[in-house]
Amino acid sequence: MRTLVLLLLLSFSLSFATVLAQQPEQQPPKQTDEFVPISQLPAQDQLPAAPLLVTAYAFVWVVLFAYVVSVSRRLTRVQHEVERLESDIAKRA
Amino acid sequence: MPKWFVPLAAVTALMFAASPFLIANAPYEATMGLVQKIFYYHLPSAWVFLLSAIVCGIASARFLFGGSPRQDRLAYAAAELTVLFGAIVLVTGPLWARKAWGVWWQWDVRLTSSLMGWMVAWAYLLVRKYGGPGSDKLAAGLALFGMANVPFVYISVNYWRTIHPATSVVPTLPVDMGVALWFAVACFLLLFVLLLRLRVYLEEQRARLDTLYLSLDE
Amino acid sequence: MIRTAWLVLKKDLTVEVRSLEIAYTTLFFAVSCVLFFAFALVKEGKAPEDGAAGILWIAIAFGGTLALGRTFERERQSETLRALLMAPAARPAIYVGKLLGIVALLVAAEIILVPLVAFLFQAPLLSHPFWLGAVLLTGTLGFATVGTLFSAMLVRARSRDVLLPVLLYPITVPVIIAGVRATAALLQPDVELALVRFWVALLIALDVVFVTLALWTFEPLMTD
Repeated sequence: MRTLVLLLLLSFSLSFATVLAQQPEQQPPKQTDEFVPISQLPAQDQLPAAPLLVTAYAFVWVVLFAYVVSVSRRLTRVQHEVERLESDIAKRA
Repeated sequence: MPKWFVPLAAVTALMFAASPFLIANAPYEATMGLVQKIFYYHLPSAWVFLLSAIVCGIASARFLFGGSPRQDRLAYAAAELTVLFGAIVLVTGPLWARKAWGVWWQWDVRLTSSLMGWMVAWAYLLVRKYGGPGSDKLAAGLALFGMANVPFVYISVNYWRTIHPATSVVPTLPVDMGVALWFAVACFLLLFVLLLRLRVYLEEQRARLDTLYLSLDE
Repeated sequence: MIRTAWLVLKKDLTVEVRSLEIAYTTLFFAVSCVLFFAFALVKEGKAPEDGAAGILWIAIAFGGTLALGRTFERERQSETLRALLMAPAARPAIYVGKLLGIVALLVAAEIILVPLVAFLFQAPLLSHPFWLGAVLLTGTLGFATVGTLFSAMLVRARSRDVLLPVLLYPITVPVIIAGVRATAALLQPDVELALVRFWVALLIALDVVFVTLALWTFEPLMTD
Protein backbone atom coordinates (compact mmCIF):
# COMPACT_ATOMS: atom_id res chain seq x y z
CA MET A 1 0.00 0.00 0.00
CA ARG A 2 2.74 2.44 1.00
CA THR A 3 4.76 1.57 -2.09
CA LEU A 4 1.74 2.21 -4.28
CA VAL A 5 1.17 5.64 -2.73
CA LEU A 6 4.83 6.50 -3.16
CA LEU A 7 4.78 5.38 -6.81
CA LEU A 8 1.69 7.51 -7.45
CA LEU A 9 3.36 10.53 -5.85
CA LEU A 10 6.43 9.97 -7.96
CA SER A 11 4.59 9.69 -11.27
CA PHE A 12 2.50 12.73 -10.41
CA SER A 13 5.52 14.90 -9.66
CA LEU A 14 7.33 13.70 -12.79
CA SER A 15 4.38 14.50 -15.04
CA PHE A 16 3.91 17.85 -13.29
CA ALA A 17 7.52 18.72 -13.97
CA THR A 18 7.27 17.62 -17.61
CA VAL A 19 4.21 19.81 -18.11
CA LEU A 20 5.92 22.77 -16.52
CA ALA A 21 9.02 22.29 -18.62
CA GLN A 22 7.01 22.63 -21.82
CA GLN A 23 5.81 26.19 -21.39
CA PRO A 24 5.09 28.01 -24.62
CA GLU A 25 8.14 29.73 -26.08
CA GLN A 26 8.39 33.47 -25.56
CA GLN A 27 8.62 35.83 -28.47
CA PRO A 28 12.12 35.72 -29.91
CA PRO A 29 14.09 38.98 -29.58
CA LYS A 30 13.96 41.28 -32.59
CA GLN A 31 17.61 41.07 -33.57
CA THR A 32 17.67 37.31 -33.92
CA ASP A 33 20.78 37.41 -36.06
CA GLU A 34 22.80 38.90 -33.23
CA PHE A 35 25.77 36.82 -32.24
CA VAL A 36 24.86 34.51 -29.33
CA PRO A 37 27.82 33.17 -27.39
CA ILE A 38 28.06 29.38 -27.35
CA SER A 39 27.78 29.36 -23.57
CA GLN A 40 24.21 30.59 -23.83
CA LEU A 41 22.10 27.82 -25.32
CA PRO A 42 18.72 29.09 -26.51
CA ALA A 43 16.77 26.53 -24.45
CA GLN A 44 17.93 28.25 -21.29
CA ASP A 45 15.84 31.34 -21.88
CA GLN A 46 12.64 29.40 -22.03
CA LEU A 47 12.89 26.64 -19.45
CA PRO A 48 12.42 27.33 -15.77
CA ALA A 49 14.99 25.36 -13.81
CA ALA A 50 13.16 25.00 -10.51
CA PRO A 51 10.69 22.24 -11.48
CA LEU A 52 13.52 20.15 -12.94
CA LEU A 53 15.66 20.61 -9.84
CA VAL A 54 12.82 19.83 -7.46
CA THR A 55 11.81 16.75 -9.44
CA ALA A 56 15.38 15.47 -9.48
CA TYR A 57 15.83 15.74 -5.72
CA ALA A 58 12.32 14.47 -5.05
CA PHE A 59 13.00 11.45 -7.21
CA VAL A 60 16.20 10.64 -5.31
CA TRP A 61 14.49 10.87 -1.93
CA VAL A 62 11.42 8.91 -3.00
CA VAL A 63 13.36 6.12 -4.68
CA LEU A 64 15.73 5.70 -1.74
CA PHE A 65 12.86 5.73 0.72
CA ALA A 66 10.89 3.22 -1.38
CA TYR A 67 13.90 0.90 -1.48
CA VAL A 68 14.42 0.99 2.28
CA VAL A 69 10.71 0.30 2.76
CA SER A 70 10.90 -2.63 0.30
CA VAL A 71 13.91 -4.19 2.02
CA SER A 72 12.43 -3.80 5.49
CA ARG A 73 9.16 -5.39 4.40
CA ARG A 74 10.95 -8.38 2.89
CA LEU A 75 13.07 -8.61 6.02
CA THR A 76 10.12 -8.67 8.43
CA ARG A 77 8.40 -11.28 6.28
CA VAL A 78 11.46 -13.55 6.34
CA GLN A 79 12.04 -12.96 10.04
CA HIS A 80 8.45 -13.94 10.90
CA GLU A 81 8.86 -17.08 8.83
CA VAL A 82 12.12 -17.90 10.62
CA GLU A 83 10.51 -17.41 14.03
CA ARG A 84 7.57 -19.59 13.06
CA LEU A 85 9.85 -22.40 11.84
CA GLU A 86 12.09 -22.20 14.88
CA SER A 87 9.12 -22.51 17.22
CA ASP A 88 7.84 -25.46 15.14
CA ILE A 89 11.21 -27.21 15.39
CA ALA A 90 11.41 -26.49 19.13
CA LYS A 91 7.93 -27.97 19.58
CA ARG A 92 8.88 -31.14 17.80
CA ALA A 93 12.13 -31.58 19.66
CA MET B 1 17.34 -5.45 13.01
CA PRO B 2 21.06 -5.85 13.55
CA LYS B 3 22.85 -3.65 16.09
CA TRP B 4 24.81 -1.48 13.67
CA PHE B 5 21.73 -0.47 11.67
CA VAL B 6 20.21 2.31 13.75
CA PRO B 7 23.44 4.28 14.49
CA LEU B 8 24.63 4.05 10.87
CA ALA B 9 21.21 4.97 9.55
CA ALA B 10 21.01 7.93 11.93
CA VAL B 11 24.40 9.29 10.86
CA THR B 12 23.53 8.86 7.17
CA ALA B 13 20.14 10.51 7.59
CA LEU B 14 21.63 13.49 9.44
CA MET B 15 24.28 13.98 6.79
CA PHE B 16 21.68 13.81 4.07
CA ALA B 17 19.55 16.33 5.91
CA ALA B 18 22.55 18.68 6.08
CA SER B 19 23.48 18.32 2.42
CA PRO B 20 20.79 20.60 0.91
CA PHE B 21 22.11 23.50 3.02
CA LEU B 22 25.63 23.00 1.72
CA ILE B 23 24.30 22.65 -1.81
CA ALA B 24 22.24 25.83 -1.53
CA ASN B 25 25.30 27.71 -0.26
CA ALA B 26 27.45 26.60 -3.17
CA PRO B 27 27.91 29.26 -5.83
CA TYR B 28 25.87 29.22 -9.01
CA GLU B 29 27.58 27.81 -12.06
CA ALA B 30 28.17 30.49 -14.69
CA THR B 31 26.22 29.13 -17.65
CA MET B 32 23.66 26.72 -16.20
CA GLY B 33 22.50 28.52 -13.08
CA LEU B 34 20.11 26.78 -10.71
CA VAL B 35 19.69 23.53 -12.62
CA GLN B 36 23.39 22.70 -12.22
CA LYS B 37 22.70 21.95 -8.55
CA ILE B 38 21.39 18.56 -9.64
CA PHE B 39 25.11 17.79 -10.10
CA TYR B 40 25.63 17.40 -6.34
CA TYR B 41 23.42 14.29 -6.25
CA HIS B 42 23.90 13.15 -9.85
CA LEU B 43 27.67 12.68 -9.68
CA PRO B 44 27.89 10.84 -6.32
CA SER B 45 25.11 8.48 -7.36
CA ALA B 46 26.97 7.82 -10.63
CA TRP B 47 30.11 6.95 -8.66
CA VAL B 48 28.13 4.67 -6.36
CA PHE B 49 26.47 3.08 -9.41
CA LEU B 50 29.88 2.22 -10.87
CA LEU B 51 31.28 1.18 -7.48
CA SER B 52 28.33 -1.12 -6.94
CA ALA B 53 28.88 -2.74 -10.34
CA ILE B 54 32.53 -3.34 -9.41
CA VAL B 55 31.61 -4.82 -6.01
CA CYS B 56 29.12 -7.10 -7.75
CA GLY B 57 31.75 -8.18 -10.29
CA ILE B 58 34.47 -8.91 -7.74
CA ALA B 59 32.06 -10.79 -5.47
CA SER B 60 30.83 -12.77 -8.49
CA ALA B 61 34.38 -13.70 -9.49
CA ARG B 62 35.14 -14.82 -5.93
CA PHE B 63 31.92 -16.82 -5.87
CA LEU B 64 32.61 -18.46 -9.23
CA PHE B 65 36.17 -19.43 -8.42
CA GLY B 66 35.85 -19.96 -4.67
CA GLY B 67 32.28 -21.11 -4.24
CA SER B 68 31.69 -19.05 -1.11
CA PRO B 69 27.94 -18.42 -0.58
CA ARG B 70 28.78 -15.23 1.32
CA GLN B 71 30.23 -13.75 -1.88
CA ASP B 72 27.11 -14.80 -3.75
CA ARG B 73 24.91 -12.94 -1.26
CA LEU B 74 27.13 -9.88 -1.57
CA ALA B 75 26.94 -10.00 -5.36
CA TYR B 76 23.13 -10.22 -5.31
CA ALA B 77 22.88 -7.25 -2.94
CA ALA B 78 25.35 -5.19 -4.98
CA ALA B 79 23.43 -5.91 -8.20
CA GLU B 80 20.21 -4.61 -6.64
CA LEU B 81 22.00 -1.45 -5.54
CA THR B 82 23.48 -1.04 -9.02
CA VAL B 83 19.94 -0.95 -10.40
CA LEU B 84 18.86 1.50 -7.67
CA PHE B 85 21.66 4.01 -8.05
CA GLY B 86 21.70 3.58 -11.82
CA ALA B 87 18.04 4.57 -11.86
CA ILE B 88 18.91 7.71 -9.89
CA VAL B 89 21.68 8.63 -12.33
CA LEU B 90 19.56 7.94 -15.40
CA VAL B 91 16.69 10.11 -14.13
CA THR B 92 18.59 13.05 -12.59
CA GLY B 93 20.85 13.24 -15.65
CA PRO B 94 18.12 13.78 -18.26
CA LEU B 95 16.29 16.21 -15.94
CA TRP B 96 19.47 18.29 -15.87
CA ALA B 97 20.15 17.72 -19.57
CA ARG B 98 16.72 18.99 -20.60
CA LYS B 99 17.76 22.46 -19.52
CA ALA B 100 21.51 22.31 -20.03
CA TRP B 101 21.62 20.61 -23.44
CA GLY B 102 18.07 21.18 -24.65
CA VAL B 103 17.38 17.45 -25.06
CA TRP B 104 16.32 14.77 -22.61
CA TRP B 105 18.68 12.17 -24.06
CA GLN B 106 21.54 11.79 -26.54
CA TRP B 107 23.05 8.57 -27.78
CA ASP B 108 26.60 9.53 -26.89
CA VAL B 109 29.13 7.05 -25.46
CA ARG B 110 28.77 7.90 -21.79
CA LEU B 111 24.97 7.74 -21.74
CA THR B 112 24.71 4.65 -23.95
CA SER B 113 27.29 2.64 -22.02
CA SER B 114 25.73 3.67 -18.67
CA LEU B 115 22.31 2.55 -19.87
CA MET B 116 23.85 -0.70 -21.05
CA GLY B 117 25.52 -1.29 -17.67
CA TRP B 118 22.23 -0.62 -15.94
CA MET B 119 20.45 -3.15 -18.15
CA VAL B 120 23.09 -5.76 -17.36
CA ALA B 121 22.31 -5.24 -13.66
CA TRP B 122 18.59 -5.66 -14.41
CA ALA B 123 19.37 -8.84 -16.35
CA TYR B 124 21.27 -10.11 -13.28
CA LEU B 125 18.19 -9.63 -11.10
CA LEU B 126 15.92 -11.26 -13.67
CA VAL B 127 18.20 -14.29 -13.97
CA ARG B 128 18.40 -14.70 -10.18
CA LYS B 129 14.64 -14.50 -9.86
CA TYR B 130 13.51 -16.61 -12.83
CA GLY B 131 16.50 -18.71 -13.81
CA GLY B 132 15.84 -21.68 -11.58
CA PRO B 133 18.69 -23.92 -10.38
CA GLY B 134 22.16 -22.84 -11.30
CA SER B 135 21.06 -19.25 -11.83
CA ASP B 136 23.50 -17.98 -9.19
CA LYS B 137 26.49 -19.02 -11.30
CA LEU B 138 24.86 -17.77 -14.49
CA ALA B 139 24.27 -14.37 -12.98
CA ALA B 140 27.81 -14.32 -11.62
CA GLY B 141 29.17 -14.84 -15.14
CA LEU B 142 26.98 -12.01 -16.35
CA ALA B 143 28.19 -9.71 -13.57
CA LEU B 144 31.78 -10.23 -14.69
CA PHE B 145 30.97 -8.94 -18.14
CA GLY B 146 29.10 -6.05 -16.56
CA MET B 147 32.13 -5.14 -14.49
CA ALA B 148 34.27 -5.07 -17.64
CA ASN B 149 31.99 -2.29 -18.85
CA VAL B 150 32.66 0.00 -15.87
CA PRO B 151 36.13 1.38 -16.78
CA PHE B 152 34.80 1.97 -20.28
CA VAL B 153 31.90 4.05 -18.94
CA TYR B 154 34.29 6.16 -16.88
CA ILE B 155 37.00 6.91 -19.47
CA SER B 156 34.73 7.02 -22.52
CA VAL B 157 33.95 10.66 -21.94
CA ASN B 158 37.65 11.58 -22.07
CA TYR B 159 38.42 9.86 -25.37
CA TRP B 160 35.29 10.47 -27.40
CA ARG B 161 33.69 13.74 -28.40
CA THR B 162 30.58 13.64 -26.21
CA ILE B 163 27.99 16.11 -25.04
CA HIS B 164 28.56 14.89 -21.47
CA PRO B 165 31.25 16.79 -19.46
CA ALA B 166 34.66 15.13 -19.13
CA THR B 167 36.14 13.75 -15.91
CA SER B 168 38.47 16.76 -15.67
CA VAL B 169 35.58 18.84 -14.33
CA VAL B 170 35.76 17.42 -10.80
CA PRO B 171 39.41 18.14 -9.90
CA THR B 172 39.08 21.69 -11.22
CA LEU B 173 36.00 22.69 -9.24
CA PRO B 174 36.12 25.87 -7.15
CA VAL B 175 36.42 25.21 -3.42
CA ASP B 176 32.87 26.14 -2.40
CA MET B 177 31.43 23.76 -4.97
CA GLY B 178 33.98 21.15 -3.99
CA VAL B 179 32.85 21.20 -0.36
CA ALA B 180 29.22 20.56 -1.26
CA LEU B 181 30.21 17.86 -3.73
CA TRP B 182 32.55 15.89 -1.48
CA PHE B 183 30.07 16.08 1.38
CA ALA B 184 27.42 14.62 -0.92
CA VAL B 185 29.90 11.94 -2.02
CA ALA B 186 30.44 11.02 1.63
CA CYS B 187 26.66 10.87 2.16
CA PHE B 188 26.17 8.56 -0.78
CA LEU B 189 29.08 6.30 0.18
CA LEU B 190 27.71 5.94 3.70
CA LEU B 191 24.28 5.25 2.25
CA PHE B 192 25.77 2.62 -0.06
CA VAL B 193 27.48 0.84 2.83
CA LEU B 194 24.28 1.01 4.88
CA LEU B 195 22.04 -0.34 2.12
CA LEU B 196 24.55 -3.00 1.10
CA ARG B 197 24.88 -4.35 4.63
CA LEU B 198 21.12 -4.24 5.09
CA ARG B 199 20.48 -6.13 1.87
CA VAL B 200 23.18 -8.71 2.66
CA TYR B 201 21.52 -9.16 6.05
CA LEU B 202 18.24 -9.93 4.25
CA GLU B 203 20.01 -12.56 2.13
CA GLU B 204 21.59 -14.08 5.22
CA GLN B 205 18.16 -14.36 6.84
CA ARG B 206 16.83 -16.02 3.71
CA ALA B 207 19.71 -18.50 3.76
CA ARG B 208 18.92 -19.20 7.42
CA LEU B 209 15.31 -19.83 6.44
CA ASP B 210 16.44 -22.28 3.76
CA THR B 211 18.57 -24.25 6.21
CA LEU B 212 15.65 -24.33 8.65
CA TYR B 213 13.35 -25.72 5.97
CA LEU B 214 15.97 -28.31 5.09
CA SER B 215 16.38 -29.39 8.71
CA LEU B 216 12.60 -29.61 9.01
CA ASP B 217 12.47 -32.09 6.15
CA GLU B 218 14.90 -34.45 7.82
CA MET C 1 43.91 -28.51 -27.11
CA ILE C 2 43.50 -27.43 -30.73
CA ARG C 3 42.78 -31.01 -31.70
CA THR C 4 39.94 -31.17 -29.15
CA ALA C 5 38.45 -27.95 -30.47
CA TRP C 6 38.74 -29.24 -34.02
CA LEU C 7 37.05 -32.53 -33.06
CA VAL C 8 34.16 -30.73 -31.38
CA LEU C 9 33.77 -28.48 -34.41
CA LYS C 10 33.83 -31.44 -36.79
CA LYS C 11 31.21 -33.23 -34.72
CA ASP C 12 28.90 -30.22 -34.77
CA LEU C 13 29.33 -29.68 -38.49
CA THR C 14 28.73 -33.37 -39.25
CA VAL C 15 25.55 -33.44 -37.19
CA GLU C 16 24.35 -30.23 -38.75
CA VAL C 17 25.12 -31.19 -42.35
CA ARG C 18 22.98 -34.32 -41.99
CA SER C 19 19.74 -32.38 -41.66
CA LEU C 20 20.73 -28.73 -42.13
CA GLU C 21 17.78 -27.98 -39.88
CA ILE C 22 19.38 -25.15 -37.91
CA ALA C 23 21.03 -23.65 -41.00
CA TYR C 24 17.81 -23.44 -42.98
CA THR C 25 15.62 -22.20 -40.14
CA THR C 26 18.15 -19.56 -39.05
CA LEU C 27 18.60 -18.35 -42.59
CA PHE C 28 14.87 -18.15 -43.21
CA PHE C 29 14.33 -16.30 -39.95
CA ALA C 30 17.10 -13.80 -40.74
CA VAL C 31 15.70 -13.19 -44.21
CA SER C 32 12.21 -12.63 -42.79
CA CYS C 33 13.72 -10.16 -40.32
CA VAL C 34 15.26 -8.20 -43.16
CA LEU C 35 11.97 -8.21 -45.07
CA PHE C 36 10.03 -7.11 -42.00
CA PHE C 37 12.32 -4.17 -41.46
CA ALA C 38 12.16 -3.37 -45.15
CA PHE C 39 8.36 -3.19 -45.00
CA ALA C 40 8.39 -1.21 -41.79
CA LEU C 41 11.03 1.37 -42.61
CA VAL C 42 11.04 1.91 -46.36
CA LYS C 43 9.09 4.98 -47.37
CA GLU C 44 8.24 5.64 -51.04
CA GLY C 45 10.72 3.06 -52.11
CA LYS C 46 13.65 4.58 -50.21
CA ALA C 47 15.29 3.12 -47.15
CA PRO C 48 16.38 5.39 -44.28
CA GLU C 49 20.01 6.51 -44.14
CA ASP C 50 22.28 3.86 -42.62
CA GLY C 51 19.21 1.63 -42.76
CA ALA C 52 21.00 -1.15 -44.58
CA ALA C 53 23.79 -1.36 -41.99
CA GLY C 54 21.42 -1.40 -39.03
CA ILE C 55 19.04 -3.92 -40.56
CA LEU C 56 21.86 -6.26 -41.53
CA TRP C 57 23.21 -6.36 -37.99
CA ILE C 58 19.77 -6.75 -36.41
CA ALA C 59 19.13 -9.72 -38.68
CA ILE C 60 22.49 -11.22 -37.67
CA ALA C 61 21.76 -10.66 -33.97
CA PHE C 62 18.24 -12.11 -34.05
CA GLY C 63 19.21 -15.00 -36.33
CA GLY C 64 22.23 -15.67 -34.15
CA THR C 65 20.09 -15.82 -31.02
CA LEU C 66 17.82 -18.36 -32.68
CA ALA C 67 20.78 -20.44 -33.88
CA LEU C 68 22.34 -20.43 -30.41
CA GLY C 69 19.10 -21.51 -28.78
CA ARG C 70 18.54 -24.32 -31.27
CA THR C 71 22.11 -25.60 -31.17
CA PHE C 72 22.18 -25.95 -27.42
CA GLU C 73 18.63 -27.31 -27.30
CA ARG C 74 19.87 -30.11 -29.51
CA GLU C 75 22.72 -30.71 -27.08
CA ARG C 76 20.35 -30.73 -24.16
CA GLN C 77 17.97 -33.22 -25.73
CA SER C 78 20.65 -35.80 -26.39
CA GLU C 79 22.47 -34.95 -23.18
CA THR C 80 25.64 -34.69 -25.22
CA LEU C 81 26.83 -31.63 -23.35
CA ARG C 82 27.18 -33.56 -20.14
CA ALA C 83 29.00 -36.31 -22.01
CA LEU C 84 31.34 -33.73 -23.53
CA LEU C 85 32.06 -32.24 -20.14
CA MET C 86 32.78 -35.65 -18.65
CA ALA C 87 35.27 -36.44 -21.40
CA PRO C 88 38.94 -35.92 -20.45
CA ALA C 89 39.18 -32.86 -22.62
CA ALA C 90 40.19 -29.36 -21.63
CA ARG C 91 37.01 -27.34 -21.02
CA PRO C 92 38.20 -24.23 -22.87
CA ALA C 93 38.84 -26.41 -25.93
CA ILE C 94 35.23 -27.61 -25.87
CA TYR C 95 34.11 -24.00 -25.65
CA VAL C 96 36.29 -22.98 -28.61
CA GLY C 97 34.96 -25.87 -30.68
CA LYS C 98 31.35 -24.89 -30.05
CA LEU C 99 32.16 -21.23 -30.67
CA LEU C 100 33.70 -21.97 -34.06
CA GLY C 101 30.64 -24.01 -34.99
CA ILE C 102 28.33 -21.10 -34.23
CA VAL C 103 30.59 -18.65 -36.07
CA ALA C 104 30.61 -20.94 -39.12
CA LEU C 105 26.81 -21.08 -39.06
CA LEU C 106 26.46 -17.31 -38.78
CA VAL C 107 29.04 -16.66 -41.51
CA ALA C 108 27.10 -18.98 -43.80
CA ALA C 109 23.94 -16.98 -43.07
CA GLU C 110 25.78 -13.69 -43.68
CA ILE C 111 26.95 -14.88 -47.09
CA ILE C 112 23.28 -14.93 -48.10
CA LEU C 113 22.18 -11.90 -46.06
CA VAL C 114 24.74 -9.38 -47.33
CA PRO C 115 23.81 -9.60 -51.03
CA LEU C 116 20.12 -9.66 -50.04
CA VAL C 117 20.39 -6.47 -47.99
CA ALA C 118 22.52 -4.85 -50.69
CA PHE C 119 19.86 -5.73 -53.26
CA LEU C 120 16.83 -4.66 -51.21
CA PHE C 121 18.30 -1.38 -50.00
CA GLN C 122 20.42 -0.50 -53.02
CA ALA C 123 23.41 -0.25 -50.71
CA PRO C 124 26.93 -0.62 -52.09
CA LEU C 125 27.76 -3.23 -49.47
CA LEU C 126 30.11 -5.10 -51.77
CA SER C 127 32.32 -2.16 -52.72
CA HIS C 128 35.01 -2.89 -50.11
CA PRO C 129 34.75 -6.65 -49.64
CA PHE C 130 37.92 -7.02 -47.56
CA TRP C 131 36.88 -4.43 -44.98
CA LEU C 132 33.28 -5.63 -44.92
CA GLY C 133 34.55 -9.15 -44.33
CA ALA C 134 36.77 -7.92 -41.48
CA VAL C 135 33.88 -6.04 -39.87
CA LEU C 136 31.47 -8.96 -40.19
CA LEU C 137 34.00 -11.49 -38.93
CA THR C 138 35.09 -9.54 -35.85
CA GLY C 139 31.54 -8.50 -35.04
CA THR C 140 30.13 -12.01 -35.46
CA LEU C 141 32.96 -13.40 -33.35
CA GLY C 142 32.21 -10.94 -30.54
CA PHE C 143 28.51 -11.72 -30.61
CA ALA C 144 29.04 -15.49 -30.83
CA THR C 145 31.62 -15.51 -28.02
CA VAL C 146 29.22 -14.12 -25.46
CA GLY C 147 26.30 -16.02 -26.97
CA THR C 148 27.98 -19.43 -26.83
CA LEU C 149 29.03 -18.87 -23.23
CA PHE C 150 25.60 -17.84 -22.05
CA SER C 151 23.75 -20.50 -24.07
CA ALA C 152 25.96 -23.22 -22.64
CA MET C 153 25.30 -21.91 -19.13
CA LEU C 154 21.56 -21.71 -19.76
CA VAL C 155 21.21 -25.34 -20.92
CA ARG C 156 20.13 -26.47 -17.47
CA ALA C 157 18.27 -23.32 -16.43
CA ARG C 158 14.56 -22.59 -16.43
CA SER C 159 13.04 -20.15 -18.95
CA ARG C 160 16.19 -20.51 -21.01
CA ASP C 161 14.64 -19.25 -24.25
CA VAL C 162 13.61 -15.97 -22.71
CA LEU C 163 16.72 -15.56 -20.63
CA LEU C 164 19.19 -15.83 -23.51
CA PRO C 165 18.21 -12.49 -25.09
CA VAL C 166 17.93 -10.93 -21.61
CA LEU C 167 21.53 -11.89 -20.88
CA LEU C 168 22.98 -11.54 -24.35
CA TYR C 169 21.68 -8.25 -25.72
CA PRO C 170 22.89 -5.78 -23.08
CA ILE C 171 26.41 -7.24 -23.16
CA THR C 172 26.67 -7.29 -26.96
CA VAL C 173 25.45 -3.69 -27.38
CA PRO C 174 29.02 -2.38 -27.94
CA VAL C 175 29.66 -5.06 -30.58
CA ILE C 176 26.45 -4.24 -32.44
CA ILE C 177 27.08 -0.50 -32.25
CA ALA C 178 30.62 -0.88 -33.57
CA GLY C 179 29.49 -3.29 -36.29
CA VAL C 180 26.69 -1.01 -37.48
CA ARG C 181 28.86 2.12 -37.43
CA ALA C 182 31.66 0.37 -39.31
CA THR C 183 29.25 -1.02 -41.93
CA ALA C 184 27.56 2.36 -42.26
CA ALA C 185 30.96 4.01 -42.76
CA LEU C 186 31.66 1.52 -45.55
CA LEU C 187 28.39 2.45 -47.25
CA GLN C 188 29.19 6.15 -47.57
CA PRO C 189 29.83 7.40 -51.12
CA ASP C 190 33.37 8.46 -50.16
CA VAL C 191 34.58 5.93 -47.66
CA GLU C 192 36.80 7.11 -44.81
CA LEU C 193 39.00 4.10 -44.30
CA ALA C 194 40.50 5.58 -41.13
CA LEU C 195 37.05 5.56 -39.51
CA VAL C 196 36.42 1.98 -40.57
CA ARG C 197 39.84 0.99 -39.23
CA PHE C 198 38.97 2.60 -35.90
CA TRP C 199 35.76 0.64 -35.53
CA VAL C 200 37.42 -2.62 -36.57
CA ALA C 201 40.15 -1.98 -33.99
CA LEU C 202 37.46 -1.46 -31.34
CA LEU C 203 35.76 -4.69 -32.42
CA ILE C 204 39.06 -6.57 -32.14
CA ALA C 205 39.59 -5.13 -28.64
CA LEU C 206 36.08 -6.19 -27.62
CA ASP C 207 36.67 -9.66 -29.06
CA VAL C 208 39.88 -10.04 -27.06
CA VAL C 209 38.16 -9.00 -23.82
CA PHE C 210 35.14 -11.24 -24.40
CA VAL C 211 37.12 -14.31 -25.48
CA THR C 212 39.45 -13.94 -22.50
CA LEU C 213 36.55 -13.58 -20.05
CA ALA C 214 34.71 -16.50 -21.67
CA LEU C 215 37.70 -18.85 -21.57
CA TRP C 216 38.39 -17.87 -17.98
CA THR C 217 34.83 -18.42 -16.73
CA PHE C 218 33.70 -21.38 -18.87
CA GLU C 219 35.10 -24.01 -16.53
CA PRO C 220 33.58 -22.76 -13.22
CA LEU C 221 30.30 -21.91 -14.94
CA MET C 222 29.83 -25.40 -16.36
CA THR C 223 30.66 -27.33 -13.20
CA ASP C 224 27.82 -28.07 -10.86
